[in-house]
Amino acid sequence: MDLLVGVPTHNNAATVGEVVQAIRVGLLKYFPRERVVIVNADGGSKDSTRDVIAAASINDVQHSSDLYALRTLHCISTIYEGGPASEVALRAILAAAELSRAKACAIIAPESTSITPDWMERLLRPVYRDDFDLVTPLYRRHKFDGLLLRNLVYPMTRALYAKRLREPYAVEFAFSGRLGSHLLEQQVWDHGAGGVGTEMRVTLAAMAGQFRLGQTFLGTKQHLDSGSADLVPAMRQTVGTLFWSLDANFQLWSANHPTESIPTFGAEHDLTAEPIRVNRKRLYQLFTSGVGELEPVLKSIVSAQTLTEIQSIAKLAEDDFRYPHELWVKTAYEFAASYHKSVINRDHIIQALAPLYRGKVYTFLLENRDASAEEMEAHVETLCLTFERLKPYLLDLWNAKE
Amino acid sequence: MWEMIMGELDHAMQELARNFAHFLPRLLAMLIIALLGWVVAYVIKFSLRGILRIAKFDKLSDNAGATQLLNKLALPSSSELLSRTVFWVVWLGFILLGVQVLGIVGLQEHIARIFLYLPRLFVALLIFFFGLVAASFFSRAALLAAVNAGSPSPGLLATLIRSIIIIFAVTMAFEQLGLGERTILVAFAIAFGALMLGLAIAFGIGGRDLARRFLERRFLKETQEQKQDELSPL
Repeated sequence: MDLLVGVPTHNNAATVGEVVQAIRVGLLKYFPRERVVIVNADGGSKDSTRDVIAAASINDVQHSSDLYALRTLHCISTIYEGGPASEVALRAILAAAELSRAKACAIIAPESTSITPDWMERLLRPVYRDDFDLVTPLYRRHKFDGLLLRNLVYPMTRALYAKRLREPYAVEFAFSGRLGSHLLEQQVWDHGAGGVGTEMRVTLAAMAGQFRLGQTFLGTKQHLDSGSADLVPAMRQTVGTLFWSLDANFQLWSANHPTESIPTFGAEHDLTAEPIRVNRKRLYQLFTSGVGELEPVLKSIVSAQTLTEIQSIAKLAEDDFRYPHELWVKTAYEFAASYHKSVINRDHIIQALAPLYRGKVYTFLLENRDASAEEMEAHVETLCLTFERLKPYLLDLWNAKE
Repeated sequence: MWEMIMGELDHAMQELARNFAHFLPRLLAMLIIALLGWVVAYVIKFSLRGILRIAKFDKLSDNAGATQLLNKLALPSSSELLSRTVFWVVWLGFILLGVQVLGIVGLQEHIARIFLYLPRLFVALLIFFFGLVAASFFSRAALLAAVNAGSPSPGLLATLIRSIIIIFAVTMAFEQLGLGERTILVAFAIAFGALMLGLAIAFGIGGRDLARRFLERRFLKETQEQKQDELSPL
C-alpha cells in the first residue's frame, strides 16, 4: 500500500460523511496512481457513523466530477473494543499502516468540516514525495483563537525541544511508515494521565526521535465541538502531555541546542481579525478568585517569591492588570518542575494552572486588542524568547533536591 | 522454743533462696528478651525510617494535612513519629513477652488482651491516616473544579467535603477500636442527617430563586453565552 488515511470516529454521523467524501476526492485527484486505503477506527458509535462512512465510500464521486480512479480505492471500517479512546484508535490505524506497509499515512479528524480535497495533497505529498516523517498543520485562525497554544504550548515546546513547530497539538497530520513503526515500538502509549493527549505525544515522540518534521498550511481551523472551549481538558491534552514528556526526554531537552526552524509549505501564519465577543471581565475574575482560593495549593507548587508576585498582580485593578512574560514563564517552569517531582497529584497541578493561564490570556487580550497580525506575531516571538532565555531556570529547579 | 524459731527462719530463708533461685533465671530471661527486643525494635525503627524517607511519606503526610496537625501538637514529623511508634510497639511487645516468662499469675490474661488489641489500634490509626489523605485529595479536587467552573464559595465547598470525610474516618476508627460504637454511630447519623436536611431546607427555601437562576443559566443560557464568550484554547 502506498497511502493510508485514518479517520478515528465516535458518534460523528453529522460530519464524517462530508469529511470522507473530501478525502476520497483528494486522493483521486492528487494520487490517482497510488494504492490507497481509508481506514476508519470507530469507538462503538451509537449513531449511524459507520453507515455514513460506508455510504460515503460507495458514493460514486467519479460521476459527480471529472475524477477517475486508476486503482480501487478501499475503505475499511473497524470497531475497537473498550469504548471511545483516541489512543486506541490511533494505535489501530498505526497497526493497519504497518501491516499494509503504507509509505505515508494521514490522520483526519471526523469533525473537520473545513476540509478540502487539497488537504490530502498538502499533508501527504511532503511525506510521500519529499521524505518528511511528520507533517503537522498550520491554520488560518482568528487572532484570539488557540491562545493556549500561542501562550504556553508552542513557546515552551519550542524552548525545550528546540523546534519551531507551530501546532504541536495537531488533530490532522501525516506521518511516514518509518515514524509509524517507531511509534508502535515506543512507550508513548503508557501515559499515566488516562490516555489523553495522544496527538501531542506523536509530535513529541517525533521530536525526541529526531525525525524529519514539516508544516503545511491547511486553511481555516473550524471548531465544531463544544468541548473545544473547555480549558481544563485542553490543558490536560497539551500541557499535561508536554510536562509528562519531560521526564523521559530529559537528556534531549536539557542539552543546549539552538532552536531549528521547520520547513513550511504555504503560509506560516494567517490571522483574521473580525470582531468577536470576549468576556474579559470573567477571565479577570476567574484569575483573581482563583489566586485567592487556591493559595494553599499554589504554595505547594510554586516558589514563595513567584506566589507573592502572582498575588501582588492579582490585587491590581482590571485596567492596570498585566501578567508579565517573565513571571508567566517562571510560573510555567515551576509548574513543570513540580509536576516532575509530583509534589501533589499531577492532574491537580494541571488544574491549578488553569486560573493563572486565564490571567495571562487576559493580559494577551489587552495587549493585542488593536494589534495587527505582525504585531501579534512579534509579541508571541518575545514570549518564545523569554521561554528560551529562562530555560536554565527550569534546569535549576529540575536538578534541585527536594 | 528458740530452736523452733530458728528452724522456721531457716526454712523460710531456704524457701526464699529456692524461690529466688527459681525466679532468677526467669528474670534474666526476661531481661535478655527485653534487651533483644530493644535491638530488634531499634533495627526496625531505623529501617522503617529509611523506607519512609525513600517512599516520601512526609510529602504524603504534608499533602494529607497531617504534618500541620502534628506541628500544632508540637510532635515530630510523620515518618519520625511512625518509626518511633513502631519502635515502642515492638519493644513493648518484647517486654510483655518477657513479663509472661516471669509466670506471674493473672498478668498473662491481661497481656494476651493487650496483644489482641494492638492490631485493632494499628488498623484504627491506618483508617484515620488514610481518611486524612482522602479528605485532602477530594477537598482539593473539589476546590480546583469549583474554582475552574467559577462556582461561588469554592473554599466553603472544599472545607465541607474535607470535614465530612474526616468525621467519617474518625467514626470508622472509633468503631474499629470498639469505643462507644453505638454512641458514635448514632451521633454521626444525627449530625450527617441534620447537615443534609439543613442544606436541603436552605437550598429549597432560602435559595429557591438562586437555584432557579442557577438552573436557568446552566441549562438555557450558558451554552449560548459560552460559545459567544469563551475562546477556544486549541
